Parts: sequence; C-alpha cells; structure tokens
Amino acid sequence: MLPRIIPVRETILAGAILALLALIASRFAGFVAPSNLANVFNDTSPLIILALGQMVVILTRCIDLSVAANLALTGMAVAMINVAMPGLPIPVIIVIALLLGAAMGAVNGLLVWKLSIPPIVVTLGTMTIFRGIIFLISGGKWVNSHEMSESFTGFPRAEVLGLPLLSWAAIVTVLLFAIMMARTPLGRSIFAVGGNPHAAVYTGINVGRTQFLAFVISGALAGLTGYLWVARYAVAYVDIAGGFELEVVAACVIGGISIAGGVGSVGGAVLGALFLGVVKNALPVVNISPFWQLAISGSAILIAVAFNARAGRKKGRIILKSAEAKS
Amino acid sequence: MSDTLPERRIPDRLNSRAYRLFRSWEALLLAVAIAIFVVNSFASPYFLSAWNLSDATFNFTEKAMIAFAMALLIISGEIDLSVASIIALASTAMGLALQYGAGTPELVVVGLVVGLLCGAFNAVFVTILGLPSIVVTIGTMSLFRGISYIILGDDAFRGYPSSFAWFGQGYIYWVFTVEMLFFVVIAVIYGVVLHKTNFGRAVYAIGNNPTGALFSGIRVQRVKFILFLLTGLMSGVAAVCLTSRLGSTRPSIAQGMELEVVTMVVLGGVNILGGSGSIPGVVIAAFVMGLVTFGLGLLNVPGIVMSIFIGLLLIGVIALPRLWTMLARRARS
Repeated sequence: MLPRIIPVRETILAGAILALLALIASRFAGFVAPSNLANVFNDTSPLIILALGQMVVILTRCIDLSVAANLALTGMAVAMINVAMPGLPIPVIIVIALLLGAAMGAVNGLLVWKLSIPPIVVTLGTMTIFRGIIFLISGGKWVNSHEMSESFTGFPRAEVLGLPLLSWAAIVTVLLFAIMMARTPLGRSIFAVGGNPHAAVYTGINVGRTQFLAFVISGALAGLTGYLWVARYAVAYVDIAGGFELEVVAACVIGGISIAGGVGSVGGAVLGALFLGVVKNALPVVNISPFWQLAISGSAILIAVAFNARAGRKKGRIILKSAEAKS
Repeated sequence: MSDTLPERRIPDRLNSRAYRLFRSWEALLLAVAIAIFVVNSFASPYFLSAWNLSDATFNFTEKAMIAFAMALLIISGEIDLSVASIIALASTAMGLALQYGAGTPELVVVGLVVGLLCGAFNAVFVTILGLPSIVVTIGTMSLFRGISYIILGDDAFRGYPSSFAWFGQGYIYWVFTVEMLFFVVIAVIYGVVLHKTNFGRAVYAIGNNPTGALFSGIRVQRVKFILFLLTGLMSGVAAVCLTSRLGSTRPSIAQGMELEVVTMVVLGGVNILGGSGSIPGVVIAAFVMGLVTFGLGLLNVPGIVMSIFIGLLLIGVIALPRLWTMLARRARS
C-alpha cells in the first residue's frame, strides 16, 4: 500500500498535540495526569460532536454557520420543556433535542437543495433567525439550574465506567461516524459529492439530497449538543455558545478537512477538536488570559488552511458557488 | 405541433433605457422603500419628523460605507466576513493611541491605517496564497476581534476628545449629519469607480469569469488585492464614525455587523455568486434597511427581534426570485 496523504496529515496533527502536551507537562506535570486528561476530553466533547457534523457539511462543499445558534435554541427549548414537564424522562428529551436540531438543519438543507442558495448565506441568515427565536420563546429570560429537574442536569455528568456520559456521547458519535463515512453508501456519496459533483451525478448520486442530509446530520448533532450543553452548565439563555460556530469550523480546518470539499476524515476532525480543546484547557494553567482563546482559534484557522492548501490546491470560491450539478 | 421551426426573434435593438430602468431591481426596491416610508408614517406619529429621520440615518450610514466596498468585493466573486472585527480592532487601536495622548487627527489616521492593514492581511491570504476568502475571513474574523479582546479584556476605552465627536455626532447643516455627508461622498465615489472606470469593468469581468478576465489582460489578483484593501479602509472609516458616535470602545463593538452589511449588499441586487450588481441598488437597500429598523424601533420591537427580520430578509431576497422562476418554469411545462 502506498502511504496516503491523509494519514500523514493526521500523524502530524497527533504529533503536534503530543508535543503541546509534553511542553505543558514540562512545566505543569499535573496537566497530563490521566484524570485531568479525561477532564479535558470531557470538556472538548461538545466540540468533537459538532466538528463531526460540520465535517459532513464541509465535505459536501457547504458550510453550516448556524450550529451554535441551533445548539442554543434547542438547549433553550428542551430546558423550557423540562421546566414545564419535569417528569419527562431523559431519553424522550434527547429524542426531542435530536429532532428539533434535525428540523433546523433540514431548513438549511432545503434552502440549499431546493433553491440552491449559497450555504454561507443560508446559514448566516438562519444563525440570526435562530438566536432571535430563542429571545421570542424565552422572552429574554434565563432558565436557571434550580428550575431544571435533577435528572435533566445530572445526565451528562452521570459516570459509566469512570467516564461521564457527555464523554461517552462523543465517543459513540465518533464510532458511528467512522462506520458511516467508511462503510455506508451515504458516507461514500458525501465524499463523492464533495470530490466531484458532476461525476457524482453520473454515478447516480443526488447531489442536492446528499447536501440536505449533511445539513440534517449537522443539525441533529447540534440539537443533541444543545441538550448536553444546557444540562452540563445548568443554565440556558439567548447567548449560550455565542461564536462557537467559529471554533467548530476551526476544528475542522485544523483537522485537515478541505473547505473545497471532498477531503477529510473523522480522525482529522476529532484531532482538530482535541487540539483546540487542549489549548483552551492549557491557557489558564500556563497563566494566559482566556481572552486569548478567540485570537488563537483565528490564527489556528489561518495557519491550518494555509498549511492544508499545499495538499489539495483548488481555487477558492467553491463554497460561494454551490455545486453546479443539479439533479 | 407545427412543422415549421418557431421563428427565432433576435432583438435588433435594446429596450429603451427608461423601460429597462422601470423593470430593474432598483426600481422595485425604490417602490418598496417608498411603501415602507408611507406605512411607517401612518404607523407611528413620531416617524415624520426631520430630527427623528436624521437620527434614523445612523442605522445605516456606517454599515453602508462598508457595503459599497463589499459590493465590489462580492461582484468580483469574493467575500469579506471580517469587516465587523476590523471595526473592533481599528477602534481598539484608536483607544490605545488615545492612551498615548493621540489627538483627533492621529486617531483618525490610526483607525484608517489599521483598517487598511487588516484589509491587506486578508488580501495576502486570498490573492497571494490563493486561499478561499470565506475561510480566510472567518479566520481573521476571530483573529481581529480576538486581538481586541487580548488588549481590552472586559475593559473599555473612554474619554475621546470632544473634537473627535465631530465624525459621529456632528452636523453639517440643520439635520444633515457628518456621517450623511460621508455616506453620499463615498456612494458617489464607488458609483463612479464601479460604473464609469476600467477598474469597475474589470471587477465585473472577474466576477463573471476570472479565467476569461485573466486572459483578456486583467490583473485579477491585483484587482482583488485592491478590493480587499478598500473593504478594510472602509471598515476603518466606519470604525472612526462608530467610535466617535459611541464615544467608547469595547471589544464587542459592531458584533454581528458583517451580517447586516452582506444583507444590505444582497438586498441591493448584487448577485452573491458575483458578476452583477450596482451601487444605486446598494444605496436604496441601505435606505430600506434603515427605514425598516427605525420603524420597528419606533414600535418598540427589541433589537434581537429585528435581527430575525434581517436574517429573513437576507434569505428571502435571494430565495423569492429563485422560487418565482422555479414556479414560472413549472407552470410553463
């Protein structure tokens, strides 16, 4: 077998993360203690889940900037449902969160599929619309922890085999995606659509429908994360996860997912998210103000995209131009 | 079925200029603007007052300054999502300069230069390294504002000199503000550049077919570089006006403004995929958005609800014509 480019890129990224950990460990040994690393992973879990959803969207030559707003809206909705009906079992809440998120993703997807509006415009628009709707349904008020039921806030923190369920949610998502991307027709068509939409049409793949499904997947994961987020921090308000969509895109770009579509891997997205997670958790340890976080993820996007451009040199505009192939 | 081929009608002359103007997107938009004006004056007794209307122009003048440059950029097939963050960084730089005792002229220079530098930064990544402008400006969007946060944290710069207030709070004559003057001057400059110069033709050519433009001798990358510089510069101008009007700088200044700028450009009839659009369209779109937000404000609609409206406007303006042609095609077949 020839050494392929993608695993090489992931090895470099994994090496970078290990080097970063070693650097921090040389000053603060406590940071690399297994319990702390588990904490870092748990803290990064929402980012990992969202990055996988975003990956699918970016692979099909689209982008979803509405994930954070979707997360916040679903979070607020399930929190309000919990306040109104404290007896509702958690699995039902999770299903509601998944469906709500998927519905919002479907709105994005339909606009991209049926009206072929550029995804960047659609999701920029729905991003503000979703945030506005949170204000409308909540009246601008907060849902605080004492209003939520104990099982609602306890779920992501409940430990199974030493890890909180939030971490398990991320692990299960990663496994599902690894199978989906490599072993199912949907996963392969997602790659095909992004790699060459024209060729995909000739192989009988419905490009628009695949993009639609990508948005639905991304939306459903945003919905799931919405519940986990609100339950974990035990608070819901209009601005939760504000600007988080940038971090999600950053994780994907750092993970080597080509913004031009068709190139990327589950491992890359996970490593990209972990890289940002390690940086974020290391900042307070090495005594740097958390205000650096935004600038760091910005620079990480720029460096990663410049770095990755060498591998797949394709001209920009692809996200603005939706795939020309109409089916 | 007739056995002869349908006669092909090839027009031997263009429709009259007046007819084309009448059928244009700009005319439709103007009608909408007038309708909103009339509705607003009936909906609220406070609407038809010269001073209130003058205040309302602040809703759009700063955004429109950026929108003109953004229109050219989008026509050329690129986009800049970092404009609001450039405002934040330029404003922070001005605040920093103030701490070192800069006077009004220096503050303005600092604001404009930082805007230009940010534009140049974007331009280098897009034109020289050949990266997609969407990702680059999403990156710089967090980088520029991130630098503001590093400098300011949750602090704020205050105490700008009173002469500096002229830009955002001054009046030229009666109810006509300084910002309105800037708005008009910048609109005229961009209108002339886009519609009457070789540079403007090059912008359209690049947007329609970058490869074709390159082969007809247009220096595509250089034109794009200049467009990013202009967008940065205009963000600098907007930063000066906004900082002067607010009288303080926080890192969250102008948050989300990129959305409104892009909406304004798209509403003005600029094709988001590049290649077509006009400055008069953007001017009218600026008035439409200003009138709508002002009208809603008079009716006590909170800002975040207005943002729903702007989001719907952005999607609706693109979706409706497409829906229309789709239905028309279906009806025909």
